[in-house]
Amino acid sequence: MKDKIEALRAKFASELTNVKDLTSLEDLRQMFMSKKGAIQDLMKDLGAIPNEQKKEAGQMINTFKQEVNERFEAKKKELDELALKVLLEATESYDDSMPTDNPCGSYHPITLIQRELEDIFESMGFDVEDYNEIVDDYNCFEALNIPKFHPARDMQDTYYLNTPNQLLKSHTSAAQNTIMRKYGDKLKKYGRPIRAVFPGRCFRNEAIDACHENTFFQMEGVMIDKNISVSNLIYFMKTMLSEVFERDVTVRLRPGFFPFVEPGFELDIQCLICGGDGCPSCKNSGWLELCPCGMIHPNVLKHGGINSEEDPFEYTGFAFGLGLTRLAMMKYGVGDIRVFNDGDLSALSQFVSR
Amino acid sequence: MLVSMNWIRDFVNLDGQDIEELIHRFTLSTAEVEGIEYKGKDIENVVVGQILTCKDHPDSDHLHVLTVDGGDGIYDVVCGAPNAREGIKTAFAKVGGRVGEMKIKSAKLRGVVSNGMCCSEKELGISDDHSGIMELDPSYENGTDIKDIFPIEDIIFEVDNKSLTNRPDLWGHYGMAREFAALTGQKLKDLEVMENDYNGDAQVPITVGNKDLVYRYTSVRIENITKKESLMQMKIRLFYCGTRAINLLADLTNYLMLELGQPMHAFDGKKISKIVVDTPKQDMKFTTLDGQERDITTDTLMIWDDETPVAIAGIMGGLDSEITDDTDSLVLESANFDGVSVRKSASRLALRTDASARYEKTLDPEMTMTAVKRFMKLLFDVDPDAKIVSRITDEYVKKYPVITIDFDKAFVDRYTGIDISSDRINDTLLSLGFDTERNGDSFKVTVPSFRATKDVSMKADIVEEITRIYGYDNFTIKTTLSPLLPAKTSMLRKEENMIKDLLVKAYAMNEIHTRVWQDPDELRDLGLKVTDNVKILGSAEDQGVLRCSMMQSFLPVINKNKNYRPSFGIFEIGRTVRGVREDKTANEVRTLGIALYSKAEPEKQLYFKGVELINALVDELKHKSAKYVKTETGFDWQHPKNTSEIVIDGKKVGVINTVHPQVLTRITRNAAIVMIEILMDDLLAIEPDALEFKEPSKFPGIDYDLSLVISEGVRFEDIQECWTKDKMRELKEVSVIDIYDKGEVRSVTLRFRFELPDRTLTSEEVQVDIDRILANLRRVNVELKL
Repeated sequence: MKDKIEALRAKFASELTNVKDLTSLEDLRQMFMSKKGAIQDLMKDLGAIPNEQKKEAGQMINTFKQEVNERFEAKKKELDELALKVLLEATESYDDSMPTDNPCGSYHPITLIQRELEDIFESMGFDVEDYNEIVDDYNCFEALNIPKFHPARDMQDTYYLNTPNQLLKSHTSAAQNTIMRKYGDKLKKYGRPIRAVFPGRCFRNEAIDACHENTFFQMEGVMIDKNISVSNLIYFMKTMLSEVFERDVTVRLRPGFFPFVEPGFELDIQCLICGGDGCPSCKNSGWLELCPCGMIHPNVLKHGGINSEEDPFEYTGFAFGLGLTRLAMMKYGVGDIRVFNDGDLSALSQFVSR
Repeated sequence: MLVSMNWIRDFVNLDGQDIEELIHRFTLSTAEVEGIEYKGKDIENVVVGQILTCKDHPDSDHLHVLTVDGGDGIYDVVCGAPNAREGIKTAFAKVGGRVGEMKIKSAKLRGVVSNGMCCSEKELGISDDHSGIMELDPSYENGTDIKDIFPIEDIIFEVDNKSLTNRPDLWGHYGMAREFAALTGQKLKDLEVMENDYNGDAQVPITVGNKDLVYRYTSVRIENITKKESLMQMKIRLFYCGTRAINLLADLTNYLMLELGQPMHAFDGKKISKIVVDTPKQDMKFTTLDGQERDITTDTLMIWDDETPVAIAGIMGGLDSEITDDTDSLVLESANFDGVSVRKSASRLALRTDASARYEKTLDPEMTMTAVKRFMKLLFDVDPDAKIVSRITDEYVKKYPVITIDFDKAFVDRYTGIDISSDRINDTLLSLGFDTERNGDSFKVTVPSFRATKDVSMKADIVEEITRIYGYDNFTIKTTLSPLLPAKTSMLRKEENMIKDLLVKAYAMNEIHTRVWQDPDELRDLGLKVTDNVKILGSAEDQGVLRCSMMQSFLPVINKNKNYRPSFGIFEIGRTVRGVREDKTANEVRTLGIALYSKAEPEKQLYFKGVELINALVDELKHKSAKYVKTETGFDWQHPKNTSEIVIDGKKVGVINTVHPQVLTRITRNAAIVMIEILMDDLLAIEPDALEFKEPSKFPGIDYDLSLVISEGVRFEDIQECWTKDKMRELKEVSVIDIYDKGEVRSVTLRFRFELPDRTLTSEEVQVDIDRILANLRRVNVELKL
C-alpha cells in the first residue's frame, strides 16, 4: 500500500508540474479525487488489507488525500492568480484624453434671463403671466392713458395690422389692463395684493443694426394694494435689482415721462463695472439707465377697474419695465443685438444651461 | 434742447452756486441732462487789437503783413483774412494765448515772423462765420480782453428732448430758470416787457375761420425798423443754443422762442394787410421759406393775407412774406394753435420744425401776449426809432379751464410713504408758480396756466411736483405691508419649461427665436411664396405678412445653418397667426416649432426620432400617448406622403412632416429634415392622466415573444387591436423587443407579459390567450415570422 501511495504521489507530482491551466488541473483532480479516481481506488484496496494494518493504511491514504488536496488548492490558487495577472495585463489602459461626442442643447439667452427673473419674482410672491403678441389699440394705448395723437405715440413706431384696431404690441405695458381685470376681484374681495410680472416679445419699427432691433423682449411688473407708495417702489426696485445682479446695487430715480405712470421715473443703477467712477460702459456718468417705472396713473387704475370714479386713489400701485434683451446683453456680454433673432446656431449654441 | 446758463442767470440769481452740481440736481429733479459744455474756456489772452498798417506779404498772393496795436505794444502779424485792412479793430490773440486747440506762438509764415493771430468768429467759437476776421466797434479800447466785451464764457447743457415731452413750460429758458429757482430757493425774476405806447385805433385785422384749431392769435404792427443786425451777445446765445443768426427780426423771433418757448413769426409788414387763420377749401400747393413747394391738404391750418396763403400755421412761414434785408416793417404773429393739429400736419408734410415741436407739446395760450410785449422790449432796446403803429390785437378763441386741486398732507404722506412737512409742500409749490390756499395741512392749489394745458391736472401730479424737488435721493425706503400669499407657476409656464428642458436636455436641441413675419426673399430662395395672412399696415406687397406656420421661419434658419453641424435640432415656442377669427381679428396661436436636420441619418430614421420625441413629450406632459393620422398637406413644403396630424384623446394638437423634395433639394441634396408643429394652447387644454400606482404582482409572470410580419400598406396600429380588443385580464404589458425594417420586409418582435396579482398563472392559461391573439392575427392576415 505504501509503495502504491508513493508511486501515486510521484505521479501526481509529475502530472501537477505539467498542469498549465485550470482545465488540465480539473482533469488531474478528476483523475485522483473523483469517485472513480485513484484515491477512491486506494480506498477500495483497503478492503484486502489485513485488519491490523488497516488503521495505518487508512491513515496513510488520508494523509495522501489531504496532501493531494492541499497541493491541488495551492496550484489552483496559483493558476487563478496567474489568470488574473494575464487578464490585467491584457486590459487596455484607456486614453481618457480622447475627445468625446457629447451632444448638448442650448436655451435661447432670453429664456435663461427670463427664467432667472421669473424665479426671483416668484420667490417674492409675483404671479407670472403670459400675454399675446398681437394686442388691440385699447390695451396698448388707450387703457394706458395714451389717447390718440398723444405725442407719446411718437416715441414708439408701432406696427399696426390690417385687422380691426390691432397691432404688434410695442411694450409689455399693454398687458396691464388685462392683469388688473384678472386679479382685481381677488384684491377687492380678499385683499390679495396684485403682484404680477409679464414677460413678452415687443415690436417697434426700427432699422436693425448692432444696437437696434425691431423685435425684443421686455418684462413688465405691477404691484397694487391699498397703500403702495413711492418709498415702497424704491425699496422694491433696489431689492429686486440686487437679486438680479447678485450684489447690492445702488439705485437712483429721475423724473421720467410715461403717460401711464404719475409720478414716472427713470431708474438708474450705479455702474456695475466702474462702481460709479465713470467708464466707457456708463459713458463716464457712473450710472446706467436701466428701467422706467413709476406709480400707476390713476386713469390706468380706473381703466383696469381697480378704482372707481369716486375714489380714484383707493388703491395705489407701481409698475416697472425691464428690458430683457438689454439685460441679457449686459449679463452675457453680447455686443450685437442681432444675435438674438437671426438664428445663427454657432452663436446661440453657446447658451447652454447652467 | 440746448440751455445757456448765462441766459438762465438773466432770471435767477445763481451767484455762489456750484453750477455743475446744480445741473446734476436738475437731472434728478426735472429732466435728463445729456451733456455739459464749457464755452469760452479755451479762449485765452484774446484782446481788442487795431490794425495800424496792412501790406501784402512779399512771398504770398493772399497773406498780409500787419502791424497790430494790442494795447500794450505793436505787433507784427501775418494774416490771411480778405477783410484785413488798415484802421479796423479786431479780435487779436497774443503770443502765449489760446484759441480753441491752438496755442499762439511766435512763428515764421513764409519767411515773415508773426507774433499773434487775428481771429474770426468761428475761431472764437461764437459763430460759424469764417469769411474773415471779426470787425469790432471802434469804440472798444485796444488791449481790452475780448471776454470783457462779449459773453464768450458760458455753460451750455443739453437736455434730452424726450424728457420734456410733457413739459411745455420747459421749452424756453424762462421756464428752465423757474426750475433752477425752485431748486435753489431763489426768486424767479419778472420778465422785462414793454407796454404798447400806441394810442390810436389801428388794429391788425384778424379773422379766425377754423375755430377748432386755434386757441389764440396775438399780433402787432411795427414800422420804421432801421437796424438790420442783432447785437453780438444775442448772436452768441443763439449760436450756443443751436440757432444761426440771420437778421435782427428773424433773430428776435428765434430768441423769443428759445427764451419763452413761444414760437413767433415776423411777416414783412408790406405783404400783410389782413390776417386770416383757416384751413383751405381745397388741396393746394404752397412754397415755404426754405424754397420747397409743399402739398397742403384741407385739414392743414394756414395763415392767409386775406386770400393769399402766407404761412403753414405753427410750422413754417412762406417764401413770399419772408423778412428780407429791405424789410422795415413787420406784422408779428404770436399765436397758439391746436397741438394735435400741428402734429398731424407736420408729420403729413414730413416737416418738423422747432416751432411745430413746441406746439405739439400743448403750449400755454396765456404766453402769446407776454411774448409780444417781450419782443417789443428787445426790439426797442436795439432799435429805439422803431414805431408801433397798431394796438396789440388779440383774438383769444379758446381758453383752458383754470385747474384747482384739493389735497392734504395725509394724501401726500400716503402716496410717497414718507413725511414731508406742510411748510415744505407749500414752499415747493409756490416756487414752481402754483398758487396755494393753505388751511393747516389742507391745501387748495391753483395750477399755473403754463402747467395747466395737460401736464398737471390731479393730486398725483401735485405729488410729483413736491417729490421731485424734495429729491428722490432723500427718500427713506421701506417694504410693503402686504399679506404674504403664495404665487404658483401657471400650468402654461410649466408646460413651456418642461418642453424646453426635455428638448434641450434629452434631445440636445438648440432653442432659437425668429421673427413673426415671413421674409419673402428667404422664402423665394427655397422656391416658396409668402402665404397670404394678416399683415402690417403700410408694408409693401409681400412684406410684413405675419407667419401662419413656424416653418416659414424655420426653413430659412435651417438653410443658413446647413453647414453648422452634420445633425442638429432647433425649436421655438412662438406665435403664429392662423388667419382671422369670426370678429375679423387675428387668430394668434401659441405654437411650438421643432425641426430636425441630419446628414448622417436617413430620413426615415430621423422621422422616427421625431415621433419618439413627440411620444416622450406627450407622455411626460400628459401621461398619455399620441396617435398619428396621415393628412393632406397644408403647405408647399410638406411631403404629401409623410405629413401626419398629431392626435391626443381624439384632438388634433399638431403636425409632423418630412419636407417636400422640391423644397428640400433647394436646401440640400444629402440631408433629411423633419418638422413638427404643436399648438400649445390645444395641448394645454388636454387634461393629463393622473399617475396611478399598481402594486407589482408577487407572483411570477410569463413572457411570450411573437415576431409579426407586417406587410406593406398595413399600419401597426391596425394590428394592435388583435391583442387589445379581447381585454385579457392577464395580459399585463406588450413591449417591443426588436424591429426589423428593411424596405419591403418589416417585422416586429413583441413580448407579451402575462401576470395575475393574486396567483401564479399556468402555461395552459397563457396558451389560451396566445391562441386567441394568433387567431385574431390570422384574421387580419398577419403572419408570424419563424
